[in-house]
Amino acid sequence: MAGTFEAPEVVQEELDILMIGGGMACCGAAYEMMRWAEALKAETGTELKIKMVDKAAVDRSGAVAQGLSAINTYIGSEQDPADYTRMVSNDLMGITRDDLAYDVGRNVDDSVHLFEEWGLPIWKTDADGVRHDGAESQKEGLPTLKDGGKPVRSGKWQIMINGESYKWIVAEAAKKALGLDRIQERVFIVKLVNDKNDPSRVAGAVGFSVRENRIYVYKAKSVLLAAGGCVNIFRPRSVGEGSGRAWYPVWNAGSTYAMAAEAGAEMTMMENRFVPARFKDGYGPVGAWFLLFKAKAVNAYGEEYMTKNKDMLNDYPPYGQAAVPASCLRNHLMLKEMKEGRGPIYMDTVTALAALAETLTPKEVKHLEAEAWEDFLDMCIGQCGIWVGENVDPREKNSELMPTEPYLLGSHSGCCGIWVSGPTDVGAPTTEEYDGVPAHLPKGWNWGYRSMTTVKGLFTAGDGVGASGHKFSSGSHTEGRLASKAMIQYALDNKDWKVELDTSVEQLVADIYQPVRTFLEFKDYTTAIDVNPHYITPKMLQMRLQKIMDEYVAGVGTYYNTNDKMLAVAEEKLEMLKEDSKKLRAKDLHELLRAWENYHRILTAEAHMKHIQFREESRYPGFYYRTDKNFVDEENWHCFVNSVYDKESKKWTCFKRKHVDLVDKSKLFKKAAPH
Amino acid sequence: MPTFVRTEKCDGCKGQDKTACMYICPHNLMKLDKDGSETGHAMKAFNQEPEQCWECYSCVKICPQGAIECRHYADIVPLGGSVQPLRGSDSIMWTIKFRNGTLKRFKFPIRTTAEGSIDPYGGKPMPKVAELSAPGVYTRAVMGGYRAGNPAELIRK
Repeated sequence: MAGTFEAPEVVQEELDILMIGGGMACCGAAYEMMRWAEALKAETGTELKIKMVDKAAVDRSGAVAQGLSAINTYIGSEQDPADYTRMVSNDLMGITRDDLAYDVGRNVDDSVHLFEEWGLPIWKTDADGVRHDGAESQKEGLPTLKDGGKPVRSGKWQIMINGESYKWIVAEAAKKALGLDRIQERVFIVKLVNDKNDPSRVAGAVGFSVRENRIYVYKAKSVLLAAGGCVNIFRPRSVGEGSGRAWYPVWNAGSTYAMAAEAGAEMTMMENRFVPARFKDGYGPVGAWFLLFKAKAVNAYGEEYMTKNKDMLNDYPPYGQAAVPASCLRNHLMLKEMKEGRGPIYMDTVTALAALAETLTPKEVKHLEAEAWEDFLDMCIGQCGIWVGENVDPREKNSELMPTEPYLLGSHSGCCGIWVSGPTDVGAPTTEEYDGVPAHLPKGWNWGYRSMTTVKGLFTAGDGVGASGHKFSSGSHTEGRLASKAMIQYALDNKDWKVELDTSVEQLVADIYQPVRTFLEFKDYTTAIDVNPHYITPKMLQMRLQKIMDEYVAGVGTYYNTNDKMLAVAEEKLEMLKEDSKKLRAKDLHELLRAWENYHRILTAEAHMKHIQFREESRYPGFYYRTDKNFVDEENWHCFVNSVYDKESKKWTCFKRKHVDLVDKSKLFKKAAPH
Repeated sequence: MPTFVRTEKCDGCKGQDKTACMYICPHNLMKLDKDGSETGHAMKAFNQEPEQCWECYSCVKICPQGAIECRHYADIVPLGGSVQPLRGSDSIMWTIKFRNGTLKRFKFPIRTTAEGSIDPYGGKPMPKVAELSAPGVYTRAVMGGYRAGNPAELIRK
């Protein structure tokens, strides 16, 4: 039986491989890993000890928990991984790792074909060009993607699905591959532990049950850290109940970034953020509206700002000259309208649906309406809630669009994360031309194990992998699979290494439950438990973080503007906030979960601020502006900004790494790139 | 909600140690009030942190009693609408009621195989340990998803 709130039970376990997270990346890793583990056992008799630890339930955890209406990365037989690599680069203003994007691009369709085999309904286009949903197409006998079936493209890289149970299906395969004994749910890992004899190596991780008074100490030779991106570090546009309606899942707390940084992993592009332009307040998806229903975004006076303001793209060569401008630049053109008072911005659903109705039969129109609703119901039911509450019929009433509060992630039009070892067969650099990279870090882009961070034995995937966006659900699954192979190899190569934790179990236990002890010690000092000079509630700490980030680090409150002076203020305030995080209280296990999530948010936010401060330009106009350096500076800043964190001194060191193209980018642009 | 639990319908999953909604909520929001000390309703579940609810509907879809619904974010949405699913084994039915009373119903497929029927490695090859360092995943030869790409595109190779 578990311990008490005052004295939790401690469970210790020794593993070869620990997976932290249970989303698409870890499910992909589990699926691939167990097959290789089986092969290893059959060939050598060696049985690896493997465990996956998820803070939620694998059936509905991670960013795909609610479902999805599309798979956003599917290359297809007609496109080249190099085209995908170029698109990723262009959408992220030129600074991505081509080796990582290319590797996802050439492998990702394998996972998509598995999803269909497992039961995910994927829409198909028949020989007459008519589209059928995933179940209907099966009944009609249309071939699967694997057998040459034609998907319904809602964009160059996207295919439509009936994805309500997407995660449920992918989880079923992962759970069966692992077996229930290798899965631990409702345990939140909060800290990695380095090796006592080799501080550059990971030795395990610690966390706690959110349901019982129990602490878990895992020793592990290698760790896959794939616990998603970061939400809720900026004050959201809705601050009441609606603060839960984040665009990205509200449970993504930056744990991946914070734990990796504390373990000493080199971070990359933490200045990057994603500010999606979505349906206002509900943050419903816009992709199908733009691409499938051919709707236009307009200002309050019906003007298409992408056309009207297109000259503004010329300010950002060569990126502005791409056939499809980067997501941030599209925001940039929208923000001009908002700032100059021509809002609200609308998705013109009325015109789009009327135009489609002209060429379609009433039955087809009814089908189209169902498709439009399904787009929300599969992945953003909250948006439907707004439409029904406000009596929105998209045939009669346009819906507002709005750029959201900023999010940090390694996918979509986001590329922050951890610097990882890439594939060796695509021409990646093996040296580093820039000075200033700390001597202990690798020089080139690969150092032995695909997806390993600069900490030995620590791997990542999905939102964890930096400098390579647009992987989405399918690409994250694929990255998990690629990492898992390297992890098996690592386990083989290090089978005689005995890991030893650099911190005593007693100390780790004390650290984890500190917010509980703080509460128990001081709770009776005041009559109202939430107001107490000896501690801060996780909720107030989060609100303080959001206020700092919003007001000084280019949140919505300043139309995404900041400058060196504002950043200096933020720096000071964040330092004090980080100090105060030692006084977080937890009145129960649920609050202990929130306390640690918010600690992870602080470190992630601090990395974001430090990177923006270091990069003396505005690389992502429309996502953020440094008004003191309000330009894209290709000459000095066409490079990666990377950093390392020292958990002892609690200081960040930022430095440049040279960017190198592995595929030709000039094909993207209307005229030759000047650089 | 936030999601909310209908007092009359919730049976606390008949006194099991955890309810279906507690099992599934990705953000640890649903809680069983065993003795009624938190809500006044013993052995019934509630959403303990409504302002952190993503409205992902995981709890709504899984509740065996159909006891969970959603009253959409009060700081955003006018009252009176509702969006309620009924999730079956191969499809989901949605009943959508507008504030003005308009009703819509939609049915969408959710999976094409029986739940629990996935055989993850059935018909798949057994890789050789020696192939660990080869590029790609172990199903590369059988799933038809590997896109080799035009080698000339890799300009530094």
